[in-house]
Amino acid sequence: MTDLTSVFHPGAEPGAADEPHTTAVAGAPVRGGAREVLTFLARRPGLVAAVGWVALVLPAAFAPGLLTSADPLAASPADKLAAPSALHPLGTDELGRDLYARVVHGAGLSLKATVIAVLVGLLAGSVLGLLAGFLRGWADDVIMRVVDVLLAIPGLLLSLALVTALGFGTVNVAVAVGVASVASCARVMRSEVLRVRHSLYVEAAHAGGARWTRVLVRHVLPNSSGPVLVLAALEFGTSILSVSALSFLGYGAQPPTPEWGSLIASGRDYLAVAWWMTTMPGLTIAATVLAANRISRMLDGEWRHRG
Amino acid sequence: MPARYVARRVVQALFVLWAAFTVSFVILYMLPGDPVSVLAGSDSGRDITPEQLDALRHEYGLDRPVIIQYLTRLADVVHGEFGRSVQSHQPVQTMIADALPATAQIAGLGLLLAVLFGTGLALAATYVSWGWLRQALLSLPPLGVAIPSFWFGLLLLQVFSFRLGLFPAVGNEGLAGVVLPAVTLALPSAATIAQLLAKSMSTTLREPYIETARAKGAGRPRIHFRHAVRNAALPALTVAGLVVGNLLAGSVVTETVFSRTGLGRLTALAVGTQDIPVVQGLVVFAALVFVLINLAVDLVYPLLDPRIARRSAAVS
Repeated sequence: MTDLTSVFHPGAEPGAADEPHTTAVAGAPVRGGAREVLTFLARRPGLVAAVGWVALVLPAAFAPGLLTSADPLAASPADKLAAPSALHPLGTDELGRDLYARVVHGAGLSLKATVIAVLVGLLAGSVLGLLAGFLRGWADDVIMRVVDVLLAIPGLLLSLALVTALGFGTVNVAVAVGVASVASCARVMRSEVLRVRHSLYVEAAHAGGARWTRVLVRHVLPNSSGPVLVLAALEFGTSILSVSALSFLGYGAQPPTPEWGSLIASGRDYLAVAWWMTTMPGLTIAATVLAANRISRMLDGEWRHRG
Repeated sequence: MPARYVARRVVQALFVLWAAFTVSFVILYMLPGDPVSVLAGSDSGRDITPEQLDALRHEYGLDRPVIIQYLTRLADVVHGEFGRSVQSHQPVQTMIADALPATAQIAGLGLLLAVLFGTGLALAATYVSWGWLRQALLSLPPLGVAIPSFWFGLLLLQVFSFRLGLFPAVGNEGLAGVVLPAVTLALPSAATIAQLLAKSMSTTLREPYIETARAKGAGRPRIHFRHAVRNAALPALTVAGLVVGNLLAGSVVTETVFSRTGLGRLTALAVGTQDIPVVQGLVVFAALVFVLINLAVDLVYPLLDPRIARRSAAVS
């Protein structure tokens, strides 16, 4: 099988394996005054916007009351299908519910599902990759064959098969999306472990008589985690897309609960009369994915290579 | 091409196919505690007597030991039999064959558009000498990856069908009905191809042989479009299987948005009614397409890049 992961996940590049990376690893020689941070950010308005957007969306997910006082479920038939205005910044839907309140409250379900998906994919993928890279031999062969096979089934179809088996609902959708991303996480983790394994300090620890469990936990794991964090940010973006696609298809949150994907699905019937019902949640998803991808790029050594 | 190289690739392809079947069996038949209640759609509130459940269990062979079920199903699949749909009682392979042409139309046009736009964008972005234009062009692919394709499809519908009335909003009819779904499908793939090719172009342009060509007096267009592109395009071939797999998966969302019939719509309906045999047939079919395309790429690659065949002959 061709090596797909290295193509899409910058952290898995063979070239990146040679240089010691400091990405998000404690004790890295990243020292810089406030001044240096400011010039770094001033040259990257896109990054500032991405961090700003995340700083806005995260509170919406955990405390939506901070951003809106309107009730996302309160219908008022008199203002149904109203265009965006000062009273309803994003307009209203077919029952007169405030779309801004629904998008803000929808962030909770969408982002919590995304977090579950990323955690499932990252934890299972890291354990598999760690075992494969550390044990080598037949265990490595078996694990990587399974990973190759999972990569042969398109991610969305794998998630759909899992949803068929597990049943519908937001948590099942989140788990299904997470399982579909296990394979790529396992690849990145394995290539990192292989890189760290052959470094001098791991061999020194071995020579010093440390047991392999200790070497694994104290040396290999902390030093493999950088690219995995980059991957986590990237997976966050793709998982939002997958989770919202599955709820758009109707397998996730059931109405009237607001969720980004199902908001777009319900706006589908009013496409000709109320453009805001699909456009506003659509823009919200796109902006969140863009922000996650931009932050992933920053974690991938942009600060280290600043000039 | 050495026969051993070909034989190894074919065996690998068959292995992946077998394993994909096994994975789908584990997910769909072993993961649910009682697949028969999923088959009967117990959550949809239909009343079903225990006797009917037993009859259904017997019909689908679910009363036999798991290993026997697995082996019979595997034998059936080897003979091209994927079982019957729970909903329509049609053979799954017939349903897939019937739905395939409609999806092949939009996926074929989508692939063409993705390759044209993806390569065009990558070549333009690496060729232009104005920094700001290059930055602007290079910022397009990340944008294309971030836009949810179901929303992009709805946006196209809104503008081109409802506002401008250029294309029909729903249905399978005619050439005009293919355009918008194909564009929707092409977007993420075009972005992927553009990202990959732009990266590969900038690496290739730093190779010593480019320097040699320049020293011999070749002009910039010649170096860019004759010398560099040939080598830079090779890595892009390796993602062909992934791109086509994503077109298939993307058809689930696209055909739902444009109310077309096809493989994607079939998938969405089968998942919605938890029609396990149909879902399994579609998963194995997608893996088959992925494996065939990768096999074709693996077999064509050494002809385009003789170093690969020589290297693998030296290894084995």
